[in-house]
Amino acid sequence: MTLAQTKTADSLSIYGETVGSRLLLGTSQYPSPDILRRSVEASGSEIVTVSLRRESSGDGKAGQRFFDLLKSFGARVLPNTAGCHTAREAITTAHMAREVFETDWIKLEVIANDDTLQPDVYGLVDAAEKLTRDGFKVLPYCTEDLSVAQRLVGAGCQVLMPWAAPIGSARGLMNPYGLRTLRAFYPDLPLIVDAGLGAPSHAALALEMGYDGVLINTAVAKAADSVAMAVAFAKAVEAGRLAYRSGIMPPRDMASPSSPVAGLALL
Amino acid sequence: MKITVNGEALATDAATLDSLCRELGFADAKIATALNGAFVPKTERATAALADGDAVEILSPRQGG
Repeated sequence: MTLAQTKTADSLSIYGETVGSRLLLGTSQYPSPDILRRSVEASGSEIVTVSLRRESSGDGKAGQRFFDLLKSFGARVLPNTAGCHTAREAITTAHMAREVFETDWIKLEVIANDDTLQPDVYGLVDAAEKLTRDGFKVLPYCTEDLSVAQRLVGAGCQVLMPWAAPIGSARGLMNPYGLRTLRAFYPDLPLIVDAGLGAPSHAALALEMGYDGVLINTAVAKAADSVAMAVAFAKAVEAGRLAYRSGIMPPRDMASPSSPVAGLALL
Repeated sequence: MKITVNGEALATDAATLDSLCRELGFADAKIATALNGAFVPKTERATAALADGDAVEILSPRQGG
């Protein structure tokens, strides 16, 4: 089995859409539009996240330029509701994003605290229920808390995006136990680790645990060489997924010789 | 009348949200609008009347994570 064959045979389905790459990429904080474009290409990502902000140029050209750049990527666009602190704000932003980006997909963020950027799980569930009723395909940025996950699934979410650590912190998987628990309770639900991953090894670990994908932004955008880091994350995601599918051996307390014990020479 | 657009005070004679967007140069721009916190679809901007003290938000695509 070659790596290319593995990728083809192991696609991810999100709201009925088949996705080949398990690496989702944010589009913010890159040194230039050209480095963003090359990073997306190098990553192989098929889903990129975007936002809506107040138009500042006065003639709408800044937004239009970015929209045209996005279209050139050929990737599916996943708008977010970043910066929203209430369900009402997030719902309004989602409707605005649906019109501008022409997609029902929404990365739902309702933020509880500006320092930690941790999700407000009450507002999140409230917004998810209403947006699902309005026909949105909601991808909620949530915690790894199982009870919250249950409420979100009950609200109609067909994918969950639990955080690994606070956004932009690069701390990696803070609570592997909680993430593993979530994976165990929802073996068939697409689960994507979002936020807080800093190194490709963090991404590999998430995939090795059975997570279906990861969403990266700052770790690529703020790398000294964003394009090369995009490749590094893509390789880590593929390695992690292949390892998970291959069956990782469980750890043990005592040594176990890998060379045959029988047939040892008497010297 | 006096309204706010994206948080900044503005004096305008535009009677509707659509007129305001045209007045501000957004006629053909890739934007979404909200009036007093409520989403107003593009198709409803022409009938969305503006009143003194209204708060308008005009958003456009931007980088995001």
